[in-house]
Amino acid sequence: MMTIREYKRAESLEEAWQLNQKKPNRVLGGMIWLKMETINVGTAIDLSGLGLDTIEETEDGFSIGAMVTLRQLEEHPGLAAYTHGAVKEALRHIVGVQLRNLATVGGSIYSRFGFSDVLTLFMAMDCSVELYKGGIVPLRDYAERPYDRDILVRLIVKKEKAEFFYQSVRNSQTDIPVLTCAAARLADGSYRIAIGARPLKALLYAFPAQAGVPAQELARKLADEVTRQVVTGSNMRGSAEYRRHLAGVLTKRAVVELEARAVQEEN
Amino acid sequence: MQITLTLNGIKVTEDVAADMLLIDFVRAHGCKSVKRGCETSNCGLCTVFLDDKPVLSCSVLAARASGHQVTTLEGLQAEAAEFGAFIADQGAEQCGFCNPGFIMNALALFRENPYPSEEEVKEYLSGNLCRCSGYEGQLRGIMNFLAWKKQKEAAE
Amino acid sequence: MNTVNKPFRKKDAMQLVTGQPVYMDDVIPQDCLIVKLLRSPHANAIVKTINTTVAKKVPGIEAIFTWEDVPQDAPRYTQAGQTYPEASPRDRLLIDRHVRFVGDVVAIVAGKDEKCVDKALKLIKVEYEVLEAVLDYHTAKDNPVLVHPEDNWVSLCPVGADNKRNLCAHDESSSGDIDAVLAASDIIIDHVYHTKACQQAMMETFRTYCSIDTYGRLNVLSSTQIVFHARRNIANALHIPKSMVRVAKPRIGGGFGAKQTAVSEVYPAFVTWKTKKPSKIIFSRVESQIASSPRHEMEMHVRLGATKDGIVKGIDLYTLSNTGAYGEHGPTTVGLSGHKSIPLYGKAEAFRFVSDVVYTNHMSAGAYRGYGATQGLFAVESAVNELAHKLNMDPFELRLKNTVQEGDVMPAYYGAVNTSCALDRCLVKVREMIDWEHKYPMRDMGNGKVRAVGMGMAMQGSGISGMDVGSATLKLNDDGFYTLMIGAADMGTGCDTTLAQIAAEVLDCPLDNITVFGADTDTSPYDSGSYASSTIYVTGKATEKCAMKLRAQICKLGAELLECAEDEVEFDGKDVFKSEDPAQKKSLSEIAYASQFGHMVPLEATETHTSPLSPPPFMAGAAEVEVDTETGEVKLLEFDACVDCGTPINPNLTRVQAEGGLLQGIGMTLTENITYDKNGYPEENSLFQYKIPARTDVGRINVEFESSYEPNGPFGAKSIGEIVINTPLPAISDAIYNAIGTRFYELPITPEQIAMAVAEKQK
Repeated sequence: MMTIREYKRAESLEEAWQLNQKKPNRVLGGMIWLKMETINVGTAIDLSGLGLDTIEETEDGFSIGAMVTLRQLEEHPGLAAYTHGAVKEALRHIVGVQLRNLATVGGSIYSRFGFSDVLTLFMAMDCSVELYKGGIVPLRDYAERPYDRDILVRLIVKKEKAEFFYQSVRNSQTDIPVLTCAAARLADGSYRIAIGARPLKALLYAFPAQAGVPAQELARKLADEVTRQVVTGSNMRGSAEYRRHLAGVLTKRAVVELEARAVQEEN
Repeated sequence: MQITLTLNGIKVTEDVAADMLLIDFVRAHGCKSVKRGCETSNCGLCTVFLDDKPVLSCSVLAARASGHQVTTLEGLQAEAAEFGAFIADQGAEQCGFCNPGFIMNALALFRENPYPSEEEVKEYLSGNLCRCSGYEGQLRGIMNFLAWKKQKEAAE
Repeated sequence: MNTVNKPFRKKDAMQLVTGQPVYMDDVIPQDCLIVKLLRSPHANAIVKTINTTVAKKVPGIEAIFTWEDVPQDAPRYTQAGQTYPEASPRDRLLIDRHVRFVGDVVAIVAGKDEKCVDKALKLIKVEYEVLEAVLDYHTAKDNPVLVHPEDNWVSLCPVGADNKRNLCAHDESSSGDIDAVLAASDIIIDHVYHTKACQQAMMETFRTYCSIDTYGRLNVLSSTQIVFHARRNIANALHIPKSMVRVAKPRIGGGFGAKQTAVSEVYPAFVTWKTKKPSKIIFSRVESQIASSPRHEMEMHVRLGATKDGIVKGIDLYTLSNTGAYGEHGPTTVGLSGHKSIPLYGKAEAFRFVSDVVYTNHMSAGAYRGYGATQGLFAVESAVNELAHKLNMDPFELRLKNTVQEGDVMPAYYGAVNTSCALDRCLVKVREMIDWEHKYPMRDMGNGKVRAVGMGMAMQGSGISGMDVGSATLKLNDDGFYTLMIGAADMGTGCDTTLAQIAAEVLDCPLDNITVFGADTDTSPYDSGSYASSTIYVTGKATEKCAMKLRAQICKLGAELLECAEDEVEFDGKDVFKSEDPAQKKSLSEIAYASQFGHMVPLEATETHTSPLSPPPFMAGAAEVEVDTETGEVKLLEFDACVDCGTPINPNLTRVQAEGGLLQGIGMTLTENITYDKNGYPEENSLFQYKIPARTDVGRINVEFESSYEPNGPFGAKSIGEIVINTPLPAISDAIYNAIGTRFYELPITPEQIAMAVAEKQK
């Protein structure tokens, strides 16, 4: 059970940061997971008054405030267009709209849960997090860091010439995933494949362009490569072996899909 | 701590504990339609509107709702009766315990998307669990309601 | 007919859809004691010492009770909602020093709010002597570790129970020479099937409120299907006279059998009885998942013999059932696994059905829709599907060659005659609904996707024959409206409405002219309760009889007012009039008021009904699935089913019963898993881990009716509530077999099992 002694709607990032330096204090995200913890929080720090709830799109990229909800993310037309619908595909399974109206991007990314669709999704993009004190850190580095007491301010996605594809396997439609796979094919034909819910947090596998390899063969090659490299584990939703198998299947499908799109583009 | 929020159109100011959840706050203020079905944000029974967006009141601090508008089914009686009649005509309300949350979220859907397809209905309401109905009767009721609404609007 | 077989709205429908406060926690005073339970972390242990001194000092704490407050050598009780003498053993104490599963009750804490109670729970110091636990039900029988070694354990009925052998029940029944029949069969299907302890997962968790009334009696307001049995169970648990207990139910947020066991009642009852202060308990979802009354886990060994033409000649079934730490519904559920599966095959010449129900250190099982039939039908129907495949025969065709017919004697159904049956018509209908001809057995859709179909059939009962009692009281009031009082419990199913439809039909009045009240042990006529698919068939018949009786009383008083003999008048629902001169009449309103003014004719009647038969409803169902052979994901595209429940009293409500039951069966087949950790704790302890279907998990569910006419039921009706859960298990399992060529004998069938089976085959 969670208890909270005090609630504070921070008036500045500095105030939020100061409060967050005290051990029993916690920054509130969407409260979906915090609520389920057995924890005695001193001061709950609410960032909702700091204007961090907007998505800004420029020619170069997206700036996504930490308090943007998953629902805002999935409904954003710019992100939908940029990712070819991958954002919506990554989020639509997460329980229901009422939950996604609460869960925040900052909460999801800060928590770095193994099963996170959000982390897997952004991992395949050129994405960084902006920390109040720590500055801008590439997401894939941030994902490896231990939890600290900095404040995650926003997510920065740099636009690239790339196509994205998102898949997940779930035992039931609104369950957390057994395995997630976000894939990016860059204009030069190189690939980034993020595999999450292994069940540990998402890892990124990068592959250089392989000129002249037919789509099916490339798909098989990258699938074999990911299957070989991926480290998986077992839990009640699936075994390590099954997850390894799925990593290969989803990688193969992603490459087939993205190669087909590339061909379409050329025509 | 003191909070002030608007509950079903009425301003309420009160001292609450920092960890009081919105579901407990609204129930204590007579909004008994708001139900708790789980502790893991999975069931959708506690759905309320926070500034017109459907949210799980079990996952919102009452303190966080301070300064905002909160709406429960008690504040939407006419709409609930109008739409709910179509659920009743299918017998799909069954035990009724999931109904307030389900109906709140359906009303939210109709506001966002006045004429959703069956697939859109299923997707939007996927976070509203029901153990009695098998969902089919709810879907029939929704589609009948939408057809009725369309006809009514055409006539106007 | 005017009201029966019509799709009326439920009488409470508009109240429910507009969210009115009608459930337990909505209608009770806010300031009552909050009751919570300290639960055992061990599967089998003795509480050596328990210290509540510090916990009791938490401000706001009213009382903490432990085993020291409960005489350990006093008579035990059962929480099972069953007719006295209960078939379930009396094996519980309100708080037992010997705790028998992870979650068993160690202490009851009552305080002014949740916060202080939660704090106190953490401050109770318990020292356990941890014992070896029985966690594998295969090893339970005659295990040296006894779940119930105590001497005050008692079984009131001859069900073959023996606590010194970990046996909750044992039974054997047979007809014909099964060994000879199997030896002479052309083909034998021989497999072991396994189903798990699935949860009813009704949206409203277990909950009970208690207070002391004007007369010093314990008033219990509980979310229960069984007010009368609960009264007995509570009195037995507290060792107080039954006259001191009153149990009533408000609206119930779903039951499905879960609330046929008094899971939560005794704890606030004890607190209120001791403190004389109102108290309530509301189970958390975790408690509802880990310490409740789920389906009995069963393992069924089927040996089925048939001719090469596909005639089932004999079925030999052994069922091993895991009742967990306590025996609620243990001796009775197991019987249905054989008695409601074997009789479907009307040409069989012999059967044998042997069962053991064993105690283990898991949570106690209870009653869940289908009540053992679900498990048995999965096994037998799956075996028959395998038979059809082995004989290269269409499974529908094979069924049509074998089904039990109207008029047949069913040896495995206690020798009863099949009084009404449209199973053949149901089969033909479902075959057509799903377009079996074009879809069977499978179609490759490319991209690793395969679509396939499968089917199964089912039967259930309508009440417990010769035992269940249903009653109805009807009275005529001012202006001529009626009050119907029942002891059956509407748990969302709509029986308040359907029973009123029956009464309205007999009384020739509009449905709105009847108000309904139920259920309260002080004022309702006796009823076994709403379970065993009994309400429409048993209580419905009582209602019909009661309305007939009241009609006669109305005529009697009408004749008196018209100053003629009773046999000279008729009643058309509005007026009592002279047959020979209809102009001479007295309106119902006049008669109602007359009864309140200087008359001795009671315009109130009570009738009670029981039935020597339990006519089975029948059903056929078929599934179409799309299997992703690479990921193993299964999409249920369509489930088609056809039910013979006799006359549907309210076609809307029977349809929704069917749709809802089917979805529960679908969940049991595909997503609802129970896995125990090494301590015997179910890991699926929340709706986050225990996945009941969401609406995005299923395609279409289509339901049709082919009705027989049951001569013993009210207006030809049989039951609907339970049978509907059974067909998805064998149908979906067989569809998956048709998709990938691997047969699964355990549920649920997970994507991992499917993907790995396909991968294995490809090696």
